[in-house]
Amino acid sequence: MAKQHVTTTVNNDEFEFLCEPKASMLDVLRDELNLTGSKEGCATGDCGACSVVMDGRLVCSCLVLGVEMEGKSIETIEGMADGEKLHPLQQQFLDHAALQCGICTPGVLVAAKALLEKNPDPTETEVRYWLAGNLCRCTGYDKIIRAVMDAAKEMRAA
Amino acid sequence: MDNSMDVGYSADDKELKFVGKRTNRPDGVDKVTGRARFGADARLPGMLYGKILRSPHAHARIISIDTSKAEALSGVKAVVTRDDFEDRDSEFVPAGEMMVNYRDMVRNIMAREKVLYDGHAVAAVAATSVTIAKQALKLIDVQYEVLPHVIDVVEAMAPGAPLLHDDLFTDGVEPKPTKPSNVAKRLEFNMGDIASGFAEADEILEKTFDTKPVHQGYIEPHSCLASFSENGSAELWCSTQGQYLVRAHCSKLVGMEISKLRVTPSEIGGGFGGKTVVFIEPIALALSKKTYRPIKITMTRDEVFRSSGPTSGGNVRVKVGITKDGKIMACEAELKYQAGAFQGSSVQPGCMCAFAPYDVANVNVIGWDVLSNRPKVAAYRAPGAPISEYAVECVIDELAERIGMDPVDFRLKNAAKEGTQTAYGPKFGPVGFVEVLEATKALDHYKIPLGPNQGRGIGSGFWFNIGGETCVNLNVNEDGTLTLITGSPDIGGSRASMCNMAAEELGIDVGLINPIIADTSVLGFNFLSAGSRTTFACGLATIEAARNAIENMRKRVAQLWDIPLDAVVWEDGAARPASSNAGEFEPMTLPEIAKIAPKTGGPIAGHAEINAQGAGPGFGTHMVDVEVDKETGHVKVLRYTVIQDAGKAIHPSFVEGQYQGGAVQCIGWALNEEYVYGEDGRLQNSGFLDYRIPLASDLPMIDTKIVEVPNPNHPYGVRGVGETPIIPGLAAMSNAISNALGLRMSELPMSPPKVLKAIKEASV
Repeated sequence: MAKQHVTTTVNNDEFEFLCEPKASMLDVLRDELNLTGSKEGCATGDCGACSVVMDGRLVCSCLVLGVEMEGKSIETIEGMADGEKLHPLQQQFLDHAALQCGICTPGVLVAAKALLEKNPDPTETEVRYWLAGNLCRCTGYDKIIRAVMDAAKEMRAA
Repeated sequence: MDNSMDVGYSADDKELKFVGKRTNRPDGVDKVTGRARFGADARLPGMLYGKILRSPHAHARIISIDTSKAEALSGVKAVVTRDDFEDRDSEFVPAGEMMVNYRDMVRNIMAREKVLYDGHAVAAVAATSVTIAKQALKLIDVQYEVLPHVIDVVEAMAPGAPLLHDDLFTDGVEPKPTKPSNVAKRLEFNMGDIASGFAEADEILEKTFDTKPVHQGYIEPHSCLASFSENGSAELWCSTQGQYLVRAHCSKLVGMEISKLRVTPSEIGGGFGGKTVVFIEPIALALSKKTYRPIKITMTRDEVFRSSGPTSGGNVRVKVGITKDGKIMACEAELKYQAGAFQGSSVQPGCMCAFAPYDVANVNVIGWDVLSNRPKVAAYRAPGAPISEYAVECVIDELAERIGMDPVDFRLKNAAKEGTQTAYGPKFGPVGFVEVLEATKALDHYKIPLGPNQGRGIGSGFWFNIGGETCVNLNVNEDGTLTLITGSPDIGGSRASMCNMAAEELGIDVGLINPIIADTSVLGFNFLSAGSRTTFACGLATIEAARNAIENMRKRVAQLWDIPLDAVVWEDGAARPASSNAGEFEPMTLPEIAKIAPKTGGPIAGHAEINAQGAGPGFGTHMVDVEVDKETGHVKVLRYTVIQDAGKAIHPSFVEGQYQGGAVQCIGWALNEEYVYGEDGRLQNSGFLDYRIPLASDLPMIDTKIVEVPNPNHPYGVRGVGETPIIPGLAAMSNAISNALGLRMSELPMSPPKVLKAIKEASV
């Protein structure tokens, strides 16, 4: 099947590319657009390492086709910081040492940001269930949950 | 190690500015912005994609492999099979905490006479796209003669079991067997007189426990990028816990000189022992050698589960005898560990650790290394220890209950301490098990009342910790900053710990030190980031390199001031005269010395090349409260506390992180995780949906208590903390569930169906 022409917006930048019909959004982000911050941990939607936001909705980019990016606006980890100023979530993750190896971190941050945009004052249980789709094998989640709660607090005060 | 190095001052001896502080992680910003480059994040011009064809059978003879149709497919540039890897002599060399045999390794990376497990590599292709590579795999025609298989460890030991290797004769039994079997090795550790020990006991308990293989479960699949040059040299980028071991294995398997292969470790997305060996790296090199094009291979999650190493499952019989007042008199165990398709399970450390936490005069431990049609096991955090210590800690707990003694008091009464003779050899130096148990008793957690269907469990654990070969360079740059070059991949924040120690030694701000993890061409050999050795061994080398740099700077200043070297001291980041007798000189700061280095002899650096000795053993205890739903068998973890002796926490946040992560891996191992095989010998749960590791929503916060009993063999007292946290939790979980239900379980995982079954059986 012939490649399809796709126009999309990623982190406010417009991109045009020819997309293999079978390619996932994750493949496109990583291999076509060189945005390798989104990670592939499973390619089956189980680990959340590839989490991105598409038109305001948190998705596993491994479960979305590249051609579905047509006309959409995508936010990835590469768009989270504002110049050299880190997003409060990013800063809190550093302050709390909420990452060890760091492979799940981009996906967790993208997912947590999506949560705080919907729910600026989540309970610990709400954070835990929202992030249940993001696997982390290193941290036991403790410091991740604390970092998200503290970032929420900081953002509410801002 | 250089024994002249002044060691043994403890954290209390002086005010520490950076050691023990929660400093910024040098690699942190790149990891929260997506910039950090992991295994799969590299690419090169002209790169091809490698894919691997894997066995659909648990056990089969390979009759033929026809790759002609695959090679004819447009876009396919190379195919490799067993014929592309030279056979190797049987030769054992260390890899991580295990020994490997190149004759086995060349067969594990690419099947030769037979496929020995579902997922065993049979052929690999390189093509211009992943899609074409996948199409090509389907065009490879492999003819198999399917053979009977064996999955279970006890069945694999039985006479008449299907044989994996007809040239494997059990080692360690006299006389040496004349018939081959699946039992590679028998080990035995003895101390005292086991029979008289049991004769003196008032209570004896003997039970058998089963654990299943569990995968390390790192979120980053194995990935590598290999590029062979026409000049015979090659570069390899990969996600690994040890670039030097990758170089050693690949140069051997591909047939090249060590100096011609340059291995660069990517950022590593989790390893836990599973990235201490090679799988795809020699294949990528072989494909690149055929095409002289860069080859990228990334495993799928299915391949990670089916083809990379889980840890052993085990069958462990434990017998312990105690007196009425709670003194352990005799301990006996027999361990049967799955090695997978090739010999080399972690049964030896399993035997050595089994009773190490306790001061017991009479010990007998027998271990069996057993092959079956499963992927070859790899290390998983304290390899071998969780399995044996789980069984021992369950028996200990039940015995304490029988004599009506508090489980912590029981452990305290028998705890190993300085001078305790171990069954595996050495006497312990200063160790912190008593301090850990005392800290456990003092916890508020221990006093919280429990509700119906709730139970509290205690478990303890021991791991040796290791040292090993390590090199560090510390370059003093022209502007007074420093570049710290180590060869140990950072698997959990170790760069921050190294910088803390270097800054402490140099008396400068930690932010002036930029750490780099070197490729294999930069430094001499470094052993793996494994065995809880990095902060200890790489830390020792970092301290020695810093002291070497300081001495070199003192020499420059002594020469400048024209006074003897010992008249120049180093304090607070500057060279100063030792006393007024040495002369009146203004202190020279590190940047000042660096600036004029060209005039005083050229560039300044510090070096250390050591084989670190004297790692301090690590003891820990876990306390967990659970609630069991008797209708569903579901176990909810209510509270969890990890108490462990770190020796000294160089960076407390990352020590806590090791404790918390290990505890949650225990919870997964105890409650959910297992390899599930069908009758056909094929793995049925090779994905994260069916192989369920703990989620954020499964867990409470994991509390930690860092105990610090300094290791006298490290300047700041470091022991190493990564391994021990995965040991105590299996028994703590089992004991908690037992206490909640009033019955004793003896197998892992304690998944809902098994908990329900135990409840049903107990009510009959």
